[in-house]
Amino acid sequence: MSLATVQNVQKQAATNQNTIFQVDNFNLWYGETHALKEVDLSINEKEITAIIGPSGCGKSTFLKTLNRMVEMVPSVKTSGDIYYRSQNILNKSFHVENLRTRVGMVFQKPNPFPKSVYENVAYGPKIHGIKNKKTLDEIVEKSLRDAYIWDEVKDRLKENAYGLSGGQQQRLCIARTLAIEPDVILMDEPTSALDPISTLKVEELIQKLKEDYSIVIVTHNMQQAARISDRTAFFLNGEVVEFNDTETLFSNPSDQRTEDYITGRFG
Amino acid sequence: MNYMDIQHVQKKMKTRIVKNNILKYIFLLATVIGLVVLATLIIRVFTQGIGAINVDFLTGHLSTAPERAGIMGAILGTLWLMAVVIPVTIIIGIGTALYLELYLKEGRTRALIQTNISNLAGVPSIVYGILGLTVFVRAMDLGNIVLAGGLTLALLILPIVIVAAQESIRSVPQHLTEASYGMGATKWQTIRRIILPAALPGMLTGSILAISRAIGETAPLTVIGIPALLIPFPEGITDKFTALPMQIYYWTLDAVLVEEYAKLASATIIVLLLLLFILNSVAIIIRNKFQQRY
Ligand SMILES: Nc1ncnc2c1ncn2[C@@H]1O[C@H](COP(=O)(O)OP(=O)(O)OP(=O)(O)O)[C@@H](O)[C@H]1O
Ligand SMILES: [Mg+2]
Repeated sequence: MSLATVQNVQKQAATNQNTIFQVDNFNLWYGETHALKEVDLSINEKEITAIIGPSGCGKSTFLKTLNRMVEMVPSVKTSGDIYYRSQNILNKSFHVENLRTRVGMVFQKPNPFPKSVYENVAYGPKIHGIKNKKTLDEIVEKSLRDAYIWDEVKDRLKENAYGLSGGQQQRLCIARTLAIEPDVILMDEPTSALDPISTLKVEELIQKLKEDYSIVIVTHNMQQAARISDRTAFFLNGEVVEFNDTETLFSNPSDQRTEDYITGRFG
Repeated sequence: MNYMDIQHVQKKMKTRIVKNNILKYIFLLATVIGLVVLATLIIRVFTQGIGAINVDFLTGHLSTAPERAGIMGAILGTLWLMAVVIPVTIIIGIGTALYLELYLKEGRTRALIQTNISNLAGVPSIVYGILGLTVFVRAMDLGNIVLAGGLTLALLILPIVIVAAQESIRSVPQHLTEASYGMGATKWQTIRRIILPAALPGMLTGSILAISRAIGETAPLTVIGIPALLIPFPEGITDKFTALPMQIYYWTLDAVLVEEYAKLASATIIVLLLLLFILNSVAIIIRNKFQQRY
């Protein structure tokens, strides 16, 4: 075996091991609207993958296909394959509940339940069958600590989550997602409803989370994508125009349309 | 360039304000008319009936002699009816609403069912009485017992309960259900932990309002056939019965023969109103207790 082949094989093995999501030739329609076109993408373990692009280009749609939330829209039709850790998640026999336990999601608008802070975080573990009070207490504390909000809420665990500020609510929602110990966290513009200081806090948190989780984040904010992500995909009209290391994509885009977008010439 | 001509606006301002005031008084008048009619009715009923209310009247058996007639049988009959109507409408009504809103896919079947339910809500109550007579009393051979009457009244209000429950389910913010599904919760877990707690107050108030309507109904019961003078008390849902509105109906009808019956009818109305008042208070308490903010 030549050295080149050996290296190739190793590289292959390495990418397989590190790839969590492999999207092949994926198309999605909302009725007649072709919202995602021939999308090919792979998402790596313990990396932050940013999805950028102008409004309506399909960023949220793409993110929601990764945990099959998009199916809640009745008119949706798809073609192509999406593999999560080499299992085809579009397979009829694949249970969405399984997928969503491994692939958590944080939404654009903070959406805590109208329950106490504690009950919000304990929700996931409870639905997955954890009943022991002590275990739940531990999970709640750990998740809140990991989401950097423990100090702010430790004395108000029994209070309704709606009393928290917007930024605190969003970090609570992140804690709630962490409580199910997911493998991947999907985030759809998690800071767009927040003020600059809360945004910074959430950004720091996301970078910290990268050590243990793989993150896919949709953002309108290009500085944010540049600041926190390892790789960036630029979507336009439902297509992936360019997908590369964040640094390369922002400093040396290979497609004219990417350059136009990141330099603010359209979008 | 100016599209807004200040002088023109000011010239018209006066008529606009006058118009505004006139309409305010029209709406006030509409409200007052309603209230006055209602107040007259209640005052008449109370002045006529309150004298007839005493322990013997409330706890006694029926009788043709006005001074010995009691309505305990009718009170029990109404309570037994409620014991059938409440669980049947709440369970079937909420179950149907959950299925239609959360399980059945949007499409022709759903639209068809939906239209039918809305139309059924407008069918006169006497038609339900005929249905009850044909199905429960005759085909199922139950006879004119509490169960048959209760099921008929339940059918009558089911469309209203279903539609009200659907509205409550729809008003649960989607971002909450999404958050639940997003964590791998099944549909049932999401219903039980998120949708029901949020929608239950609305569902129950809707149901209780509909149930109080059913409790006051006479038309379906007359069709089923309620004895005009039933002496024994009903002891369960398989007994023959009479109910408060039926008693009001019979006594009012016979007041031309025995003048005293009019007083008994008014007294019975007071008892029925009191019962409905309690039922509605329960609805309000439930709503206030479980109401959540989003
Ligand atoms: N529920 C839906 N039904 C029909 N069409 C939809 C639906 N959701 C999205 N679309 C369409 O799909 C396309 C992609 O929408 P998507 O929400 O994914 O865009 P986006 O990139 O997230 O935009 P934004 O940055 O504004 O959030 C748009 O043309 C949109 O109108
Ligand atoms: Mg979006």
